[in-house]
Amino acid sequence: MSVTTVQPVPEDQAKKNIQRRKSKNIRLQIYGLSAIGTAVLLLGILFSSLLYTGASAFTQTHLTFDVKIDPNLVKEDDIFGSNFRGIVRSGLYSLFPEVTNPRDQRQLGDIPSNGAQFTLRDRVVEDPSLIGQTVSITVPVSDAFDQFYKGVIPRDVPEEQRKVSDKQIVWWDQLVDNGQVSKPFNWTLLFSADSRFPELAGLSGAIVGSFYALLVCFLISFPVGIAAAVYLEEFAPKNRWTDLIEVNINNLAAVPSVVFGLLGLAVFLQFFGLPRSAPLVGGMVLSLMTLPTIIITTRAALKAVPPSIREGGFGIGASHQQVVMHHVLPLAMPGILTGTIIGLAQALGETAPLLLIGMNAFITSAPGGIMESATALPTQIFIWADSPERGFVARTSAAILVLIGFLVVMNLIAVVLRQRFQRKW
Amino acid sequence: MFGTTALAILVLAIVGFILARGFATSRAAVDGTKLNSLPSYYGTYVALWTGVPALLLILLWSALQEKVLNTIVMGTFPDEMLAGMGTGQLQLLLSEIRSIAGGRIFGEPAPEVLRAAEMLITMQNSADYAMIVVGCAAAVLGLVFTRSQLSNDFRARTRVESFVKVAMILCSIFAILVTVGIVFSLLFESYRFFQMVPWYEFFFGLSWEPQIPMRDDQVAGAGAFGAVPVFLGTIVVATIAMLFATPIGLLSAIYMAEYATPKFRDIVKPILEILAGIPTVVYGFFAVLTVAPALRQMGASIGMDVAANSALAAGGVMGIMIIPFISSLSDDALRAVPHSMREGSYGLGATKAETITAVLFPAALPGIVGGILLAVSRAIGETMIVVMAAGLIASLTVNPFSAVTTVTVQIVTLLIGDTEFDSPKTLAAFALGLVLFVATLCLNVLALRIVQKYREKYD
Repeated sequence: MSVTTVQPVPEDQAKKNIQRRKSKNIRLQIYGLSAIGTAVLLLGILFSSLLYTGASAFTQTHLTFDVKIDPNLVKEDDIFGSNFRGIVRSGLYSLFPEVTNPRDQRQLGDIPSNGAQFTLRDRVVEDPSLIGQTVSITVPVSDAFDQFYKGVIPRDVPEEQRKVSDKQIVWWDQLVDNGQVSKPFNWTLLFSADSRFPELAGLSGAIVGSFYALLVCFLISFPVGIAAAVYLEEFAPKNRWTDLIEVNINNLAAVPSVVFGLLGLAVFLQFFGLPRSAPLVGGMVLSLMTLPTIIITTRAALKAVPPSIREGGFGIGASHQQVVMHHVLPLAMPGILTGTIIGLAQALGETAPLLLIGMNAFITSAPGGIMESATALPTQIFIWADSPERGFVARTSAAILVLIGFLVVMNLIAVVLRQRFQRKW
Repeated sequence: MFGTTALAILVLAIVGFILARGFATSRAAVDGTKLNSLPSYYGTYVALWTGVPALLLILLWSALQEKVLNTIVMGTFPDEMLAGMGTGQLQLLLSEIRSIAGGRIFGEPAPEVLRAAEMLITMQNSADYAMIVVGCAAAVLGLVFTRSQLSNDFRARTRVESFVKVAMILCSIFAILVTVGIVFSLLFESYRFFQMVPWYEFFFGLSWEPQIPMRDDQVAGAGAFGAVPVFLGTIVVATIAMLFATPIGLLSAIYMAEYATPKFRDIVKPILEILAGIPTVVYGFFAVLTVAPALRQMGASIGMDVAANSALAAGGVMGIMIIPFISSLSDDALRAVPHSMREGSYGLGATKAETITAVLFPAALPGIVGGILLAVSRAIGETMIVVMAAGLIASLTVNPFSAVTTVTVQIVTLLIGDTEFDSPKTLAAFALGLVLFVATLCLNVLALRIVQKYREKYD
């Protein structure tokens, strides 16, 4: 054996060595912190850009003015065929008697939304005695003026680059000075269905469609998922078949969502001939995707129930199923519900499979049932994001905020369930 | 109609439950009789056999009714009339008949069509009534039969439990059915696609122009289905995403696992997980609204031409989405390394950084690689970000500043809008879907294998 003599390292070099090693340690920490910082910063940018663009869509500019419902233009026996557009316009013209040139008048008529005539019509339908009277109406203004008033389109932009002309700005300022312009909360966003005009478009159709789809999804995936999980966890023998099922479920959880859309298209629409764009089909496709989540979380919840509970049940003479149904399952329920809610929250945000089965249709009323054509919240976001009108940019962000609001609520419920009801054994 | 029938069957099932339980309690009240099971099991037994088969029957009925009626109606047309029609025209004819039957008549329909619509209405009515009758009959039959089986020593509990068990097994098999359904629908439609387009052209062709002229006089490309540019685009976008997400995810996992105080961890970990919970359509809009214009401006300021829908924007935003996957899987892998190894390293005088790079990281490497592979499979299967932020035109390039298209983008764009199931354009989407499914499946299986191997080593 050879003896190696260790040369003592000179003191100043040893210090340097330690210094170097320590600074390396600090460097790694800084890298780690800056990585986390980057991720958090990106999240912050994401949310602030959504808030920044979306906030303005929660208010909508309205214009209040008087219109005379001319009995010559409105016939009581044919209200729906009457010229309310003309009535709205003439009400507007009377505000600016100095504008007589037809071309200017047309520009003036562009200020209120195209939906103004329908607001008026609905009021007359409700109360036909209004015919012949002068009423004050408050209607949303068209998108260009909404954006202009909110400052999205600044005044100093050259005239040819904006939709609002200089003349219109003069009239608009006059209306603002007269106190006829208001900016209340945009209830249309939540309580109206989709529209081609941003100022009239809302999310109610999408929210109802998402609700129906999630309902179908829940009704399918919850019972089937629990039954499958209970069988695999409590009853199944350990053999090749149950192994196969298990591997299968784990793989299913990792299949890209668009593939489920292909399945829905080929099987539900093409083979079974179910209607396109229906929440029923959307819910069925989503349930296939939530199923693995529910099965996996249910199994984890069942595993967490201690064996002593089962043994106690067997000890007093209960059958295997009685033990599971009466004791194990109720104790596991908070965990199961938590997993289900998280699965449903994922399903709520899922877009791609719904696009393939046609839930991106343009539909201007909320669906009345699971067989009617509908959109869902994420597909509505997709549609709006694709729309060229300026007002839809803000509305898309606002719709995203609404969607994220729903997701936050669902996740909070899950967290509360977990904290309040989950037992530590 | 379905609702009414289902309600009637449900009522019958409840009646069955009450009858059978009443039978059991009345028997049990007699002194000296011992029932095999609790009275409610008798009730449940009868209710199950009354309700479940009948409900399944009417479910099947309503799923198939429309298809059967369509076939019958189309069968009434003389063969020579339908002979020259393609699938699209047949569909059109059918929907015309259906809309007339629904009371919406446009223009002057042909007399044959009117007659068919009338026939459809009468058949629909009788089919609806037949469903009620058949459904209720099935329920009553089940009720009467099972009620007649009951006696003192009838093993109601065993029967109910085996019924429930079979139901549970069927539910477990459902998961397999879903996979089988995916595989078969993809294989079947892809097979039809490869009959129209040779497979070697699809896998090795360099030009992807799926727009096929729908009419003879339409000006459009002849249609080319060489998917290599699409695959390449997918790889480019996924690579960008991984290049972005891996260092950030890995470094934050290292910090979280080794340096962070428990308090810091408790706050930051959920924040990172929010990134995983944001719907992908939101990321897509973020890419379009903020990231792509910012990149474009930055490119312009240094004199570079960045496409509006560049691969960089889509890939970068996808990277943000993937960060939490990598960080939480790597975090798990690092924490799973036994403490003894950590302490041994400290005992030798190593600093934390040296322990991490020389001991923990190599030990956790299989788990980390497994996590990265799972993240890659996520990246290539991700749809909405690329649909919104990446391009539609397939070009054979690896330049991250130009627009590329991906497999998922093509699937969605090919299938949005009209879906005729006999053109190679729509069927191509299924071939792409098959490739995507196989690729992600392989990555997942590989990842699981690697992770499992690693577990055996240390547990």
